[in-house]
Amino acid sequence: MATHMIIKNKAIVEDDWVVLRMDENDTPQSVVVPSGKVIVPLKVWQAQRDALQHRSDLGVWFASDERAEDMQNDVTKFSVIAVDFPKFADGRGYSIAYHLRARLGYRGQLRAIGDVLRDQMFYMQRIGFDAFATRPDKNIHEAIKGLSDFSLSYQASVDQPLPLFRRAHRGDRS
Amino acid sequence: MYRYDKFDHQITAERVAQFRDQVRRRLSGELMEDEFRILRLQNGLYMQIHAYMLRIAVPYGLLSAAQVRMFAHIARKYDRGYGHFTTRQNIQFNWLKLQDAPDILADLASVEMHANQTSGNCIRNITSDEFAGVARDEIVDPRPYAEILRQWSTFHPEFAYLPRKFKIAITGATEDRAAIAVHDIGMAVVKNAQGEIGFRVLVGGGLGRTPIIGSEICEFVPWQHAITYLESIVRIYNEYGRRDNMFKARIKILVKALGIEEFKRQVEADWQFTKDGPCTITVEELNRVAACFTAPAYEQLPENDAAVTAFKLDNRPFANWVQRNVKPHKVPGYAAVVLSLKKTGIAPGDATAEQMDAAAELAERFSFGELRVTHMQNLVLADVRQSDLIELWQAAKILGMATPNIGLLTDIICCPGGDFCSLANARSIPLAKAIAERFDNIDFQHDIGEIELNMSGCMNACGHHHVGHIGILGVDKDGEEWNQVSIGGAQGNTSSIGKVIGRAFTFAQIPEVVARLLQVYVRERFEGERFIDTVRRIGHEPFKEYVYATPVKEDEKLAGAEYALLEAGTPYDTPYYSPRF
Ligand code: SF4
Repeated sequence: MATHMIIKNKAIVEDDWVVLRMDENDTPQSVVVPSGKVIVPLKVWQAQRDALQHRSDLGVWFASDERAEDMQNDVTKFSVIAVDFPKFADGRGYSIAYHLRARLGYRGQLRAIGDVLRDQMFYMQRIGFDAFATRPDKNIHEAIKGLSDFSLSYQASVDQPLPLFRRAHRGDRS
Repeated sequence: MYRYDKFDHQITAERVAQFRDQVRRRLSGELMEDEFRILRLQNGLYMQIHAYMLRIAVPYGLLSAAQVRMFAHIARKYDRGYGHFTTRQNIQFNWLKLQDAPDILADLASVEMHANQTSGNCIRNITSDEFAGVARDEIVDPRPYAEILRQWSTFHPEFAYLPRKFKIAITGATEDRAAIAVHDIGMAVVKNAQGEIGFRVLVGGGLGRTPIIGSEICEFVPWQHAITYLESIVRIYNEYGRRDNMFKARIKILVKALGIEEFKRQVEADWQFTKDGPCTITVEELNRVAACFTAPAYEQLPENDAAVTAFKLDNRPFANWVQRNVKPHKVPGYAAVVLSLKKTGIAPGDATAEQMDAAAELAERFSFGELRVTHMQNLVLADVRQSDLIELWQAAKILGMATPNIGLLTDIICCPGGDFCSLANARSIPLAKAIAERFDNIDFQHDIGEIELNMSGCMNACGHHHVGHIGILGVDKDGEEWNQVSIGGAQGNTSSIGKVIGRAFTFAQIPEVVARLLQVYVRERFEGERFIDTVRRIGHEPFKEYVYATPVKEDEKLAGAEYALLEAGTPYDTPYYSPRF
């Protein structure tokens, strides 16, 4: 099985998950899900649930126009869930991640796939992503630096349940 | 005003370092322009026709003298000696180099300023009432809330890539000077029957291609819940706002499509999860921020200054200035003074480095070292002793900032238009110049009285033409520049969207068209009635009829070179509209 490099828990590691993407001729019902560690589109999971539900080596991915709420209790079945960024400027993936983590209580690996670039990764990390399949034409050793752009943030988010005004004594000027 | 603590400084410094590295990677070719574009926009940096433009955030329009001096420094060191104050109370510099942007941001950080999120599809700089803290009709000072929301929205990880830009405005007074009805979210601080403070929240207002007045989503959100409530609004927008067509991507289109009731239902369903959670604003935090906005050390003074009253009687220009540029203040013996950036011949909102330095000095001498930027693109000294008015007037006159035209015909709101902006269909600055020249006579302007003339070079409506009593919009017909004229728009408590009077005009016809509109007004007005009220009373027809009754002649003078667009080869060192000293 071919492996590739991804960023996981702030480190560059080898990874052997395959992301299944449908082409125009495929339908969620008919597309063949290969064996091995595979991350399937949400629609495929929904269409082939009966056949797939006993596989332990299965992940699922969300397109940016899909909703985490559509999966409800199924989230606990997966150790890997991915969210696709068709273009880095499409920010819906951030709200999908928020719902998975903050509302549905998903604790497994949350992976950003697609147009994943260094300069968005700090925000992605804050909103609950802990794995990044960065765009293959970019240097992953450069990309990982994006995770440490800031050491501090104003708001609460998935990575930090308290806003700054509740976690620090504010007002010191020195 | 708000002062940074060590955390604000640290976050701002880390942002500058981040952008410095992004610029480095862009210059080395590591970052492609389509990847970099969005990053630079979120740092306020646009690529315009001639150079890079940087839009610096002026949170709720409030500035210290030191900050204004920093603008002057930036104007001299990195730009061509002047800056441009905008309708969103920010300042823009037009002639920058990309390489210099990180240094400029570092300079700004040293005076507690930044350009974060002044562009891009994110939550923009939050605007407020330019007379906050001093207005007589203020219920509650909105600035502490604006600052708390500024911090919440700064680098919000979920909302950095929204479908489109997102603008929030807050007012705390009975008269709405922040135009909250034409913002994505408009908030009015109110007190309920129990005397508790909260916000009336409007959503889905906006100008642009589809001007819409915002709808009320909640009549009272207690102040503690401002962050969580707004977060739910923006979340629903981020998830469901259209991304297939950028002209339909603003929240107003979503609110209209769903209907305000359904939109509210979704927002409040989402809000149930976070309401009363950790993002609820604490009294301690409110107090900390509010302590930055306490009143300065006012003296006990008589309500009116006798010397000013006497001087007004025998000095007409001073009396005109007091009438137009001096505004009431809640503290007896004080006044708020508007420094006009609308001198005829100068681009509306432009100020030279020398004017900025001088304005900073005036602020220190007369107004506790603070200034404000208004959405009408002027500056305000908010806390002036009335006994200083004569001296201040004399100083402002020398600086070219005492034109007694605030709220009058030549107090034009105007976007940069064809001279700078690549989206423009028409010239805005030269047209403002042509109109100001035609109606320069101050007695005539005082006779016409309060009127708002707003101009945008294209549908994007940066010059707020929809809400001008007279609005002028640049349109393109077969590659030619035309101008559409509307009347009946208004901002504030009685917001309305203007209606186009008929077919468009050429550049050189516009001053005559404005003259005809004013002639109808003078003919029809009741004693003391403003232009907008006459339009509302008699309707558009009489205006339309008169304007189109006979052919409108072009003013030949306007074909001259001084009204032409800035060309790439123009010697930028001395653009006509912003003389440097
Ligand atoms: S209104 Fe149009 S022309 Fe004017 S600044 Fe905005 S985008 Fe440019």
